[in-house]
Amino acid sequence: MDFQLTDDQKALRSGVRERLAARFGRDALRAAVDEGPPRLDPALWRELGEAGFFALRLPEAEGGVGLGLPEAVLVFEEAGRVLLPGPLIATHLAAGAVAGAATGETVVTAVDGGLVEWLEAADTVRGDATGAEPLASVDPLTPLHRVPAPPARDLQAGRDGVVRLLTSLLTAAEQLGSAARTCELAVQHARTREQFGQPIGAFQAVKHLCAQMLVRTEVARAAVYAAAVTADPVDVAAARLLADEAAVRGARDCLQVHGGMGFTWESDVHLHLKRAWVRTYRAGGATESEEILSGDLSAAIA
Amino acid sequence: MDLDHTPEEEEFRARLREWLAKALPTLPPKPSPDDWPGRRAYDLGWQRMLYDAGYAGLHWPVDAGGRGATPTQHLIYLEETEKAGAPYVGANFVGLLHAGPTIVSEGTAEQRARWLPPVLRGEEVWCQGFSEPDAGSDLAALRTRAWRDGDEYVVSGSKIWTSHAEVANWCELLVRTDPDAPRHRGITWLALPMDAPGITVRPLRTLAGSTEFAEVFLDEVRVPVGHRVGAENDGWRVTMVTLSYERGTAFVGEVVACRRVLGALARRARENGRWDDAVLRRRLGRLNAEFRALWRLTQWNVGEAQRTGAVPGVGGSVFKLRYSHARQELYDAAAEALGPEALDLGQEWTLDRLSSLSYTIAAGTSQIQQNIVAERILGLPKGR
Ligand SMILES: Cc1cc2nc3c(=O)[nH]c(=O)nc-3n(C[C@H](O)[C@H](O)[C@H](O)COP(=O)(O)OP(=O)(O)OC[C@H]3O[C@@H](n4cnc5c(N)ncnc54)[C@H](O)[C@@H]3O)c2cc1C
Repeated sequence: MDFQLTDDQKALRSGVRERLAARFGRDALRAAVDEGPPRLDPALWRELGEAGFFALRLPEAEGGVGLGLPEAVLVFEEAGRVLLPGPLIATHLAAGAVAGAATGETVVTAVDGGLVEWLEAADTVRGDATGAEPLASVDPLTPLHRVPAPPARDLQAGRDGVVRLLTSLLTAAEQLGSAARTCELAVQHARTREQFGQPIGAFQAVKHLCAQMLVRTEVARAAVYAAAVTADPVDVAAARLLADEAAVRGARDCLQVHGGMGFTWESDVHLHLKRAWVRTYRAGGATESEEILSGDLSAAIA
Repeated sequence: MDLDHTPEEEEFRARLREWLAKALPTLPPKPSPDDWPGRRAYDLGWQRMLYDAGYAGLHWPVDAGGRGATPTQHLIYLEETEKAGAPYVGANFVGLLHAGPTIVSEGTAEQRARWLPPVLRGEEVWCQGFSEPDAGSDLAALRTRAWRDGDEYVVSGSKIWTSHAEVANWCELLVRTDPDAPRHRGITWLALPMDAPGITVRPLRTLAGSTEFAEVFLDEVRVPVGHRVGAENDGWRVTMVTLSYERGTAFVGEVVACRRVLGALARRARENGRWDDAVLRRRLGRLNAEFRALWRLTQWNVGEAQRTGAVPGVGGSVFKLRYSHARQELYDAAAEALGPEALDLGQEWTLDRLSSLSYTIAAGTSQIQQNIVAERILGLPKGR
């Protein structure tokens, strides 16, 4: 029993990190934010496809990379760190089922609850997007549409259930990456910004904000990696809840540590916060996770 | 990432379960919280049973009288004993989790032979004399003095919050041997026999009503130089060894216990109808996530310890910070699930709720743990 990454997993993570730094570094992120209405770069999407981002878990016999959920979690964590835009999870989950998804030639999005991300950029929409109305999305890099609520049915069952489970897990991985990143940003700033003749990180009030960011991140990391191994719905719900919290509160605290600079458009902090907010709505969000977790307690009784 | 256990580990678990099923029904009834002689006898009796069955000092090295088990086997042991409702270490806490491990890693062969076997056999109780009235979080401010007089140290001063002092045979004592040296360099670690002349123990009542700790007054108490562990004035380093054990492994079994309580809470809420309250239900769901994650973090830390062979490091502070708060939240949620019965001291969870209040204070307060995480893991500058 060991959470230690294998050498292959470490190599995968550093490979993805390098590739994303080269292809979607800070300049690219800021350019994407400032270029006006968000659009998906088809070249980037195909490159992600070539790198195996979408075909990662597809069996090798079907042209995939043949890896598992732990590897997918590591990759999506990296995507979350750099705020990589696009319907990444929907396309990843469509690999093998929708032609061209695995290679990144087809952009796939999915209706999730009352929302669809990246509707206009998508070549294929899974689910019924009839009557979709655009929202003025809070996240500058995630266009959103509202769709009328679907008729009630059992969302945990069958293929829907699997998609929800994996959407939740990979969302948790993205949130984890964002949480770790905002913790780093806060610590970097706290070490260098000086007030009252010392780095602000020497003040305990600041120090303790940073310490709690790390604690939330590491607790979430243990939950997310474990859920990636077990794929158990209760483990996934726990991972999701803790990762959502780590990302949202991490971004908030990071903003606080940055002071007025944190409130500016120029800082990246708000981009992490806004994306984290968008992600919290996926696959039923906190309400669904909490009900799954309390259902688990109750099931132990029955 | 591999969360499976090896066949050997599963076999170890199966044998332990089998033994617990046979051993636990033979335990005497639990003594009341205020019956200290009874508590001592009960806790030592349990330790003796463990010893006879080959489970004492499970993860201690074989040459220290232990069984040389891996950290993972130790984790399985903590998990299974807790699941089976076995007694907790109780009065053996300091002997097994603080002083013992310190002597294992810092003691001479003679010292190991003198002090470790009685701890493992359930014959001697240890207490921890670190904190003083003016040295709590700032432990290095301690002032209890020790002078050298021939082959003995003469010790005078006072300690406070000493758990189990009333029933202890030995005290791991921190004393100042060089008042002129920089604070951290004038401290020495001594094993103090609690029956030595000049020691007065005054029990202190906790907010939970029972006397869990005591003040210890030392008036020219004589301690043989051979009772010193580590070099003179090197006690701070020796102490850090002890504290890393305390934060690293002391709470493992409790996480399992908390998960059990959470299940029992859900059952209670179903019985009294409060389960229909979605707010409470979701709160308990959130706690389920919390304790599952803490259990995973424990497994992670243990796996790490197993691979690197290192003592549990500052990672223990991350765990302790989150766990101590989660435990308090658990019993606050319990109070919500109980309703007005939460005001009844006859309810087990009411007393547990009171005890949980010490978790953010004892073994390093949450503020101190946050300093440690920020300075030692994140590398933020020290400051005021
Ligand atoms: C149930 C229980 C059992 C115990 N058992 C033992 C035992 O067996 N042996 C033993 O030696 N000790 C024991 N202790 C003592 C325990 O280690 C101390 O209580 C603890 O270290 C805090 O010290 P203090 O009580 O003097 O509080 P203080 O250090 O006075 O702290 C008071 C408040 O100030 C804050 N504070 C202090 N310094 C800082 C700082 N630098 N930055 C930010 N905030 C700060 C603290 O966080 C706390 O909120 C026990 C305590 C409890 C509650």
